[in-house]
Amino acid sequence: MFDQSNLIYRYDGSFDGLLCCVFESYDKKEIPTEIILPDASQTFLFAAKEIRTDMEKSSRVLASIPEKMGCDALNFIRRAFLTCAEKKELYILLFLRLGYRYGRSIMGMLTDDTVNTLFKAVKHLDNESHLLKGFVRFSIFNNILVAQIEPKNYVLPLMTQHFSERYPEERFLIYDKTHGMALVYQPYQSAIIPIEDLELPEPDEQEQSYRELWQLFYDTIEIQGRHNPKCRMSHMPKRYWKYMTEFGSLPKKSPLKLEDTAKFLIP
Amino acid sequence: MDVFDKLKILTDAAKYDVACTSSGVNKKASAGGIGSAAASGICHSFSGDGRCISLLKVLMTNVCAYDCKYCVNRKSNDTPRASFTPRELAELTINFYRRNYIEGLFLSSGVLKNPDYTTEQMIEALRILREEYRFFGYIHAKAIPGTDSGLIARLGMLTDRMSVNIELPSQSSLQLLAPDKSKHSILAPMKYIQNRIQENSTDIIKYRHAPKFVPAGQSTQMIIGATPDTDFQILNLTEGLYKKYKLKRVFFSAYMPVAENVLLPTLDTTPPLWREHRLYQADWLLRFYGFTANELLDQQHQSFNPFLDPKCNWALHHMDFFPININRAPYSDLLRVPGIGVNSAKRIVIARRSATLQFNDLKKLGVVLKRAQYFITCGGKATGSLKITQDKVLQSLMSEKTLGMYHQSFPLQSQNKQLSLFEQPPMILSGYPQEDLQRCLTSPI
Repeated sequence: MFDQSNLIYRYDGSFDGLLCCVFESYDKKEIPTEIILPDASQTFLFAAKEIRTDMEKSSRVLASIPEKMGCDALNFIRRAFLTCAEKKELYILLFLRLGYRYGRSIMGMLTDDTVNTLFKAVKHLDNESHLLKGFVRFSIFNNILVAQIEPKNYVLPLMTQHFSERYPEERFLIYDKTHGMALVYQPYQSAIIPIEDLELPEPDEQEQSYRELWQLFYDTIEIQGRHNPKCRMSHMPKRYWKYMTEFGSLPKKSPLKLEDTAKFLIP
Repeated sequence: MDVFDKLKILTDAAKYDVACTSSGVNKKASAGGIGSAAASGICHSFSGDGRCISLLKVLMTNVCAYDCKYCVNRKSNDTPRASFTPRELAELTINFYRRNYIEGLFLSSGVLKNPDYTTEQMIEALRILREEYRFFGYIHAKAIPGTDSGLIARLGMLTDRMSVNIELPSQSSLQLLAPDKSKHSILAPMKYIQNRIQENSTDIIKYRHAPKFVPAGQSTQMIIGATPDTDFQILNLTEGLYKKYKLKRVFFSAYMPVAENVLLPTLDTTPPLWREHRLYQADWLLRFYGFTANELLDQQHQSFNPFLDPKCNWALHHMDFFPININRAPYSDLLRVPGIGVNSAKRIVIARRSATLQFNDLKKLGVVLKRAQYFITCGGKATGSLKITQDKVLQSLMSEKTLGMYHQSFPLQSQNKQLSLFEQPPMILSGYPQEDLQRCLTSPI
């Protein structure tokens, strides 16, 4: 029916959807050359095969992963799914196919190209989410902590636990502009929800004064005799600076209305 | 004086302190509290000098009763003075913490009136943070030499990490430059903290909720390049501190001239940053790579080679140890190969279980083949037709420019002669800050 060499899967972009692609691949004894999203522009000559998300199929695949290749492998592909790696879906499918064949040792096959590609992608994700745990800057409006980030990977799920433990009694919101999603938290409840846009009010006097105190601290702590911008840049790439208070670069006004988002805080 | 002025003065006075990490303890707030700590530590920013900022690093006060010659806060220095009140400091910390600017507080102080009085002020600030704000973030406090041990004990219950600064690597240097401190006044609180940590660890076994004393351990720092102490002496002292006092970290700080004194390097001295760098590399080798201080330096070779990192230097002098077989060598041997770090060594051990590793596989695992290739074999093979000569190895380890300088300072030896890398680095090295180099290596102060 489908020419094997040009087989393209189209799935709905969900993790379950991807697991259904794996199911399909085994069911039909075929390996796709591409797995694309519903809104991917059709630049391919050949029609994509629609893979319908079927919870029964996906849960069968899901259950088989820890059984055949261990919990580490499941945790690993869950994170791989959050990365910004090109063709991550296809690599995850190929990884799982290897896993069904080699079992638990799959996690040690670091020199295999599929495994290695995913390991590098996950490392990038882990790195980025670790860096952001430090680089996120909150502003306080009406006693709600609000921050914006523009990560390459979809890091919010990896940051939930950290910030929930850090501010158990606060209400906070971290808006991921790249993915149009936000992590919202109120005591002992958190959720990741889609948000179109975010407009922050002007900082009040207290907020402004702490921003300035922090800038003052940042500028003063440098030892001039050791000035080394190259070293700083390697630890803290410039793309993170945009939302960091110490560079005084917080946009005074950006499009998000707090009143609108405040209601998200109570799901 | 408003809080802006205080922050400026007390940050400026604290910036020469290193040890600004938040690592070593994992915990989270209990109900009604705020704050957590990650064992790996989290850097919140990097200053213009490239150093990590993870804690609000300030002094309680820069008023000081002591007159340590190297110190910017010494009594005789004409500098603006300020003191935080405990409450001001606690509020600043919490407000920075809520905005995710910092992981916690690094609190040190000049000696106001006397060590006990100063420590009481510090204790009060930390008490407000821990009890009133129920703050569970990271706190690192400096124990002030000469403080009553009862107060040290109270301070320790409020902090995650404590440090007592060695400042200068030898008793004679101390006598010269910090006449108010003595070896004893530094080592006594260090010993005391170590004993309390040990007692406390048995308490925790007995009583599950026993409060923790300095759970992230203690650290220290010393100044490099203000005195004639050699790298060999410093590294041995460092090793001793890890073994004898169970320190978590020893930090080194290249001497920044902030004070004019006949006993000190002149004000235009460039800080010996390369020396500090070599010491940190060697410190890493002690803590994670299974090296001992005596393997890296010895009586005859008291200084690090400025051109080669300590591990390469060691490897070039132990060519009989190499090449090692990547597919068989134990982890501890892998760690000794230049170009293989802790991470790549671990990956090699995992990956070779399922496949025989070739050179191109090593690259994927993160091995720096440019350096490692001379010291390893894969599946019985060395890299191609490569002939290992001293010059080839050196070429690969250094940039062309450095190699040129290297050859200038170490004239080519005959092939039979043993490598002379371990000889004292000559004093005139173009490209390196000469006076600085001379001063740290030779100057008889």
